[in-house]
Amino acid sequence: MTPMQKLLQLPVNAMNMVKTAQDQMGQQDEAKSPVMTPDGGNHNWYNGEPNDPRHIRFGSGGGDQEERAHLEEGGGSLSSLVTQPLRHDDLKEMLDSNKDSLKLEAMKRIVAMIARGKNASDLFPAVVKNVACKNIEVKKLVYVYLVRYAEEQQDLALLSISTFQRGLKDPNQLIRASALRVLSSIRVTIIVPIMMLAIKEAASDMSPYVRKTAAHAIPKLYSLDPEQKDCLIEVIEKLLADKTTLVAGSVVMAFEEVCPERIDLIHKNYRKLCNLLIDVEEWGQVVIINMLTRYARTQFLNPNMNESLLEEGGGEKAFYGSDNDDDTDDEEDKEEKEKKKTEATAIVKRKPYVMDPDHRLLLRNTKPLLQSRNAAVVMAVAQLYFHLAPKAEVGVIAKALVRLMRSHSEVQYVVLQNVATMSIKRRGMFEPYLKSFYIRSTDPTQIKVLKLEVLTNLANETNISTILREFQTYIKSNDKDFVAATIQAIGRCATNIGEVRDTCLNGLVQLLSNRDELVVAESVVVIKKLLQMQPEQHSDIIKHMAKLTDNIQVPMARASILWLIGEYCEHVPKIAPDVLRKMAKTFTNEEDIVKLQIINLAAKLYLTNSKQTKLLTQYVLNLAKYDQNYDIRDRARFIRQLIVPTDKSGALSKYAKKLFLALKPAPVLESPFKDRDHFQLGSLSHLLNAKAGGYQVLPDWPEAAPDPSVRNVEVKESVPEWTKCSSREKRKEKKADKPFYSDSEGESGPTESADSASDTASGSESGSGSEESGSGSESEESNEESESASEEDEEEEGKKKKKNVEKIKARKPVPESESEPSSGEEVKKSEKKSKPRIGSSESESEEDDDSESESSESEEESEEESEEETKKKKKTTASKPPSKPPKKENKKEKKEMSLLDFDDFDPAPSPSQVTPLNNFLSSSLVTDLEGLSLTDNVLSPTTIVPSGNLKTYELLHRITGEGLSVEYCFSRQPFSPDLHMVAVKIQFTNSATSEAKSLHVEDAKLQSGMRIKEFPEIEVLPAGETVSVVMGIDFCDSTQAANFQLCTHTRKFFVSIQPPVGELMMPIFMTENEFKKEQETLLQSLGQLMGMNEITEKLTLEEKCQGEHAVVQRVTTAANLSRVPCGSDKECSPPVPPPPFPIHRFAGKTVTSGSLVLVSVVTKEDGAAQLTVNCEKMVIGTMLVKDILQALTQ
Amino acid sequence: MINSLFLINPSGEIFLEKHWKSVVSRSVCDYFLEAKEKALEPEDVPPVIHTPHHYLISIYRDKLFFLSVIQTEVPPLFVIEFLHRVAEMIQDYFGECSETVVKDHMVMVYELLEEMLDNGFPLATESNVLKEMIRPPTILRSVVNTLTGTSNVGDTFPTGQLSTIPWRRAGVRYTNNEAYFDVVEEIDAILDQSGTTVFAEIQGVVEACVKLSGMPDLTLSFMNPRLLDDVSFHPCVRYKLWESERVLSFIPPDGNFTLMTYHVNAQNLVAIPVYVKQSISFFECGSDGRLDVTVGPKQTMGKTVEGVMVTVHLPKTILSINLTATQGSYTYDNGTKLLVWDIGKLNPQKLPNLRGSLSLQAGAPKPEENPSLNIDLNIQQLAISGLKVNRLDMFGEKYKPFKGVKYITKAGKFQVRT
Repeated sequence: MTPMQKLLQLPVNAMNMVKTAQDQMGQQDEAKSPVMTPDGGNHNWYNGEPNDPRHIRFGSGGGDQEERAHLEEGGGSLSSLVTQPLRHDDLKEMLDSNKDSLKLEAMKRIVAMIARGKNASDLFPAVVKNVACKNIEVKKLVYVYLVRYAEEQQDLALLSISTFQRGLKDPNQLIRASALRVLSSIRVTIIVPIMMLAIKEAASDMSPYVRKTAAHAIPKLYSLDPEQKDCLIEVIEKLLADKTTLVAGSVVMAFEEVCPERIDLIHKNYRKLCNLLIDVEEWGQVVIINMLTRYARTQFLNPNMNESLLEEGGGEKAFYGSDNDDDTDDEEDKEEKEKKKTEATAIVKRKPYVMDPDHRLLLRNTKPLLQSRNAAVVMAVAQLYFHLAPKAEVGVIAKALVRLMRSHSEVQYVVLQNVATMSIKRRGMFEPYLKSFYIRSTDPTQIKVLKLEVLTNLANETNISTILREFQTYIKSNDKDFVAATIQAIGRCATNIGEVRDTCLNGLVQLLSNRDELVVAESVVVIKKLLQMQPEQHSDIIKHMAKLTDNIQVPMARASILWLIGEYCEHVPKIAPDVLRKMAKTFTNEEDIVKLQIINLAAKLYLTNSKQTKLLTQYVLNLAKYDQNYDIRDRARFIRQLIVPTDKSGALSKYAKKLFLALKPAPVLESPFKDRDHFQLGSLSHLLNAKAGGYQVLPDWPEAAPDPSVRNVEVKESVPEWTKCSSREKRKEKKADKPFYSDSEGESGPTESADSASDTASGSESGSGSEESGSGSESEESNEESESASEEDEEEEGKKKKKNVEKIKARKPVPESESEPSSGEEVKKSEKKSKPRIGSSESESEEDDDSESESSESEEESEEESEEETKKKKKTTASKPPSKPPKKENKKEKKEMSLLDFDDFDPAPSPSQVTPLNNFLSSSLVTDLEGLSLTDNVLSPTTIVPSGNLKTYELLHRITGEGLSVEYCFSRQPFSPDLHMVAVKIQFTNSATSEAKSLHVEDAKLQSGMRIKEFPEIEVLPAGETVSVVMGIDFCDSTQAANFQLCTHTRKFFVSIQPPVGELMMPIFMTENEFKKEQETLLQSLGQLMGMNEITEKLTLEEKCQGEHAVVQRVTTAANLSRVPCGSDKECSPPVPPPPFPIHRFAGKTVTSGSLVLVSVVTKEDGAAQLTVNCEKMVIGTMLVKDILQALTQ
Repeated sequence: MINSLFLINPSGEIFLEKHWKSVVSRSVCDYFLEAKEKALEPEDVPPVIHTPHHYLISIYRDKLFFLSVIQTEVPPLFVIEFLHRVAEMIQDYFGECSETVVKDHMVMVYELLEEMLDNGFPLATESNVLKEMIRPPTILRSVVNTLTGTSNVGDTFPTGQLSTIPWRRAGVRYTNNEAYFDVVEEIDAILDQSGTTVFAEIQGVVEACVKLSGMPDLTLSFMNPRLLDDVSFHPCVRYKLWESERVLSFIPPDGNFTLMTYHVNAQNLVAIPVYVKQSISFFECGSDGRLDVTVGPKQTMGKTVEGVMVTVHLPKTILSINLTATQGSYTYDNGTKLLVWDIGKLNPQKLPNLRGSLSLQAGAPKPEENPSLNIDLNIQQLAISGLKVNRLDMFGEKYKPFKGVKYITKAGKFQVRT
């Protein structure tokens, strides 16, 4: 650098700086600049001018424009290369200044360079000095720079490490997190130990945010140094146990990247992950769901394994399974069949498939995410259901996937690919949405083709006409690729659906006269394939096509026509030789593919009709002999040897006819998406139909489920202290107690239950309704109006109740930790509740007076209840076996009160039960209750009438009902007008300001056979009043919902009542001997077709439910059965092995058909138990098993 | 997960790149550019491209390609959804998503990208959280920034990540507390030549603009929630409450957001607000054709149909057109063969009509397919499905907010086949 140049530079810089608002600073820079530009290029002076003023003028945002302008000026890589070091000099100056604004400006320009992909690495020393800068903005940008270039300048990068190490100790969690984030992003191998330390430390940080950052850092470190894997797995294990939603997604991400094979790490966290899932951020949800899909495939049994067994009244099938193995050709059955063969003997004892509760938990907790706004989450859930759910439940995902079709075209593209795969396996699922796949002329071609694929997959006998009509429209499209695809699709429809084959063929033949050659060509190819299926009927089409050879030029089509004529030359004996003649003429000008077919045609004709075609064949073969293409020459040589008999011709020529005119199998036109589902749906590999790097294969279902107890967590966690949820929770309590319940139920994961039908306690079968009813099922409110007075022996019942209450009273002083106060509260509460009811004549409206007070009350209530619920689940194990959990007792007690005052407070009871009492008596009874004291002798060996708490279900919510809220419960009393009906008690509450008039039922939409006995019309329901009525429904012994309209004078509401299976029966009295006899008969009849079914299930009772009382209580709660008295089990249990275990028997019959339902529970030591259900109705039996199982294991 | 992101303009220039892991050379984009060359329309570029060492997943949005480079298995929708989120974020910050805007705010966009992903895994994608870390530009602020030399990066570290509600920033204060909800319904329909509905459905969305102080807890209920067949929610909505009570209960993010989208039960017949009488014919002999389109109101529930617009992609063989419109005006671009007839308000007394002749290129064959008509319209103050918001309640805060609901019906993908 000459002094002259330096001199020149000075004024320029000075001038520039003066223009800014920061002269002084500028002066300093100016002074420094010569010193600070040791390597400054010769062009300093030349370039500085346009450069500097600009950046100053444009301020913050302008840096980019300046850069761009500069680029343009540079006009090419050469000059920009030359000028770069120079520009950087200015930046260096600015970075070295001690004014933050200048530093910031410089950093901005540098970052803009990085963003544009320019190399700014030579500024590293200047930038790294600023890493400790006080200004947060500068700091951030320096971090950005460091992360980008540290890898290239490892030595210099080390200078910055100490700053981050300091940051890791900062009291501010965000600074700790940010330091860790940058430290781990610097890909410098030498600091691996430091990173490892930092990550370990951060993993046990107080702040969940820092722990999240630690989780993010794990894969970074792993990619930097895979040898750290073992250490990192330890950290992952630790973080997996974290209970915050913030961490969950990130740590599972790390798990997937570092050690996806270590599925064992998930066991202990499985339930927690399931329960946290809904509150994890969207991206984490995707990762977790994908991981859990894989996990579930290794841990649970295939839910579709036994489905045919269940559907077809599997009992018999199982019995005879060993005999007629080979008849079962159902594909789903294959796996099973193999099993059967191997363990044919064991088959008789085979149990129906019961879904692992954890499996169910996963399905249930992911389902709400189908409503996510994030397409990736929806897709993740969809693939989970596709891979894991029982066949009957997969359908729920269709709607959500169809919704995604409204999204951006890229999303559509991916979703359609997956839908195409799914629609092959489960066509029925998407059939209702057929029209959503109709194609618009504005769709991009790739979307059109995919939609077409789906439409084709969905085509069946019923909808094919609609689809073909659509296809007709598509064929006219201007998009020729799309038209070609449509023709292919028509071909596929025609092969798959025999009925429309001729129609399609005719349609395609019409297309042969299309003006567009591509269309014609495509049609020819497809027609060729179709004709192969039934050539004899279509010689006219072949003739028609033969004529086309004159016009059509597309080689593939020509080749197809020639092949067809050759193949079916006996159908067109006159035309074929003529075609060959024409072809021979044009042979030299044809494409290779056509030439080959000409040779083929010639050969075939020669064999069938040598008289006419001998010379022609010779001619063609001669032409081919000198063709440029060696394939054609080879073919000609080969064929000549084969067909033309010579002396030397070998043995093969005898078989020439067989060789050439063998019957060729018709091609199978199948979807390119067939069998794509061996890749996990929604994955990149699935989309590409090729294994992508890092793809984790979705394992097959295991033959036998691994031990489910590995998922048990020793210390049952309390409600996790997650962030987002807490707020939700609060809200829920405020708003309504019911959803809260379902939540808390979800959280207490370990005790989750049973199978599809029974998971929601209502036993309602899948579908949308189940959620709702499920959530309401445990609601305490039900007790308020549970009428379930026993039938025959009401008096005795009453007595027992009193005893019950007494028992509670007696227990109160017993120090029972948590359960005690809550039970006390309950008593109070129930009093409180009962009061308004008791004084109903005077102050009936009290509870509804203002909705607010009510809601606040219910809030309190729910809180307590929830608490209690959790406590009940977790802590009451202490109570001794024979005593019931306190809550249950409370329920009983409350129940009793309602029992007592039932009669006077049911304004419209079913006529049979009305035996009016006066209010006075009942109210005094309540007060009396507190003073009662009797012995604890609840389980006397007499008939116990089910006294479980009645669950209330919501029929119409206050908001939807515009002030009218309706609830119902199954009162478990015989419905006297028709004993084949289930009595449903319906309670109307008018919380609106005006009165509701003429409440009645209308327009029942029932499944065949079902009947409804409507309740008498309620003339008027004043505001704030509550009224109850009883109606009867004959459910026909099925859990199908009864749908009807509930009408007021102004509005109609669609409502539906769905019975849990346990409500479809009524108790019958049976002695033990009778019971055994019935059971005996069925055991004998096992082999017979009409025999009763027996389902046996082993289960483990939890401590708190091992007591006799508890078992009886739970079973009768779950199902409307009566206990079979057996004085002492010891004397009456011969079939059971030596130490006689207590057997609890219950009997009942279904309401409609009166089929016997026998349930027995054998309890053994250590809480082991066996549940046996005998019922002629297979479905009822299986569902009942699930329900009772759930009731017992919860 | 996501290794790198490139922003590419329609002419193929890469104008921004960001790497979250090791740097991937931008030459990887060549595979994409090649595919882009092959595709006729930008929409036809395959969203997923497989190259020897990488996978390229791209979206086309607002005339820009967002191209991400990934190396290992990752759900493609995950990436696509994220890329759209990036585009939305740019839109949210700068008012529009375009090349100019990104170039003008290069540093800020880069910083945003830095915050949105960590090691290729999404970190902060909620607008409220991001805005706390990097303040969006306003006119006032940019003036101040130029004067003081500060920038838009937040002075203090954000607290949003740590608040109990991840999507809402803490300490929101407004002098006028207001909450507006727009119920926008779109009719998707395909009508065939005779005017029969081949397919019709209603898709709705509830857009919210909530400017409320503190931590309001809102409950929105509908008069007739049974209409809603399929719904998807912003993460703030409590799903369980919807399931049980059919109300939307949520603590809203601050500012504009999409509360829910829904699909209206398909069993309810969709009211089609307009009918179209059309005849487009080409004569076999002579290169000529006629076009005659009339639009009239059908089931409008007593409201006026406004903003009616008919768009036709005419066949490529059209040479010129000569039409007269009785109402509104039409424009025709001979390059793209796009005919747009802007009608405006629909007057039931005097139906707008567009007719005239089309002349084909000499010797060109008669077009195979008649072009389909795409209809655009909107009806103010009406949700065509009949959905009605019942009430909006606020809990958790003392003040009285100003509440408003607006209904609009629009045509979505409304196509008339001819």
